[in-house]
Amino acid sequence: MSKFEALTGNDAVATAMRQINPDVVAAYPITPQTSTVQKFSEFVADGLVDTEFVTVESEHSAMSACVGASAAGARVMTATSANGLALMWEIVYIAASNRLPIVMSLVNRALSAPINIHCDHSDVMGMRDSGWIILFSENAQEAYDNIIQAVRIAEHPDVLLPVAVCQDGFITSHGMERVEIYEDEDVRAFIGEYRPQWSILDVDHPKTYGPLDFYDYYYEHKRQQVEAMKNAHRVIQEVAEEFNRKFNRNYGLFEAYRLDDAEVAVVVVNSTAGTAKVVVDQLRAEGLKVGLLKPRVFRPFPAKELVDALRHLKAVAVMDRSISFGSMGNAGPLFLELAAAMALHGVHIPMADYVFGLGGRDILPSEIESVYRDMLRAAETGQVERMVTYLSVRE
Amino acid sequence: MAELKGWRDIPIGGMILEAGNAVEYPTGTWRAFRPVFGEAKCIHCFTCWLYCPDSSILVDPENEKMLGFDLEHCKGCGICASVCPVNAKVRREAGEELARDDPRLCIRMVEEGKFQE
Repeated sequence: MSKFEALTGNDAVATAMRQINPDVVAAYPITPQTSTVQKFSEFVADGLVDTEFVTVESEHSAMSACVGASAAGARVMTATSANGLALMWEIVYIAASNRLPIVMSLVNRALSAPINIHCDHSDVMGMRDSGWIILFSENAQEAYDNIIQAVRIAEHPDVLLPVAVCQDGFITSHGMERVEIYEDEDVRAFIGEYRPQWSILDVDHPKTYGPLDFYDYYYEHKRQQVEAMKNAHRVIQEVAEEFNRKFNRNYGLFEAYRLDDAEVAVVVVNSTAGTAKVVVDQLRAEGLKVGLLKPRVFRPFPAKELVDALRHLKAVAVMDRSISFGSMGNAGPLFLELAAAMALHGVHIPMADYVFGLGGRDILPSEIESVYRDMLRAAETGQVERMVTYLSVRE
Repeated sequence: MAELKGWRDIPIGGMILEAGNAVEYPTGTWRAFRPVFGEAKCIHCFTCWLYCPDSSILVDPENEKMLGFDLEHCKGCGICASVCPVNAKVRREAGEELARDDPRLCIRMVEEGKFQE
């Protein structure tokens, strides 16, 4: 029997890590991720896991230790945030390019400067071209469930890519919620035993990871990464279907909330989707046809499925918790990619981007409501007033 | 050069799955300087063989003789010349610096463009 516990997002992830019982965890403390590995180190000290817990002197070393352990054939996990992820940078790409199925809990926090410890998505959006699979989580339950699924996705022989599971710093990571924790045996049965195909510790059949690779083969290895991402699109859905059956959940590429008969919608990831659902219900009570689309999978970007879910609408707002500085309209990354997907699939409806919540600024239901009201106007007039709005910034 | 394979036919991530296949990679094409025997006689001490990072010193282990250089793989790094104890003992004037291709040396490093059989 599963049981319900009051847990923070970080504790929920630490609990998933205890149940997964990875061979190696290497991590360095950084707010707001710290309490994940702090809790996990207690599990190590109490003998509840068999994990080799490597305390390193920086995040660059943390990811390097993960790469080495994963190449040795270990099941490997780590956790980080913002500047910690930034310090891992070089090795983040190497983990993906060496095809190492490392799972990372990424607790989203604003990148410096000015220094800030609160939530936005500038950290994860910087890694979007690194070759990692990226999943978003609305709440502690989803962070817990995504971490468990991430192990299966990463280790699938058709994928073999690292996975980052995101949750919002402090909002989710430190907010206590009711989380359904499954039986340890059920989680272990679901993830199964990791049987790596290759190991650098196999002295009878020596392997080389990460050798020099010039103009004659480097490009082919990048093409393989593309194929792995294409396969991940399928594998993520297969793993979700199995997870849903076993644990009675409803995961897919994204969640559609009251979207089928909606005329306008907001697209937003992570915890703000939860707030937006409340706003949707309030506006629906007024008789307004509004809905929500919450992407779960950002890499690989499920362009066609997202477009198909949105094509019946009269206006779409994307809410971005980061800015792609200098991009078209200085918009956010989610908007830029979704707008391109809509246009290239021949869906031409009014779309606008709403940047919000940078550096942890609160996003209020009244502000989300204003986005919906903007879109309802756009649905009537057929055009948006502005392409990009910086919500709640002081003029 | 072997025929280049497509992305479907090679191990993922640039992995090398068999041991000892560096021999198939002719790194000698990278060479700018070539090791060449000079006037000073080799004493077959095997120091160059020990230090060569590319296993490019050819030796006859039975008779304990240093035979020469594997120019298919020698990258011309010059480590053999710099560790050669005979090179160190070549007579020179006080304060004289020997050029790396000085004919008096045991192992000389000669610019590929200037090398003549």
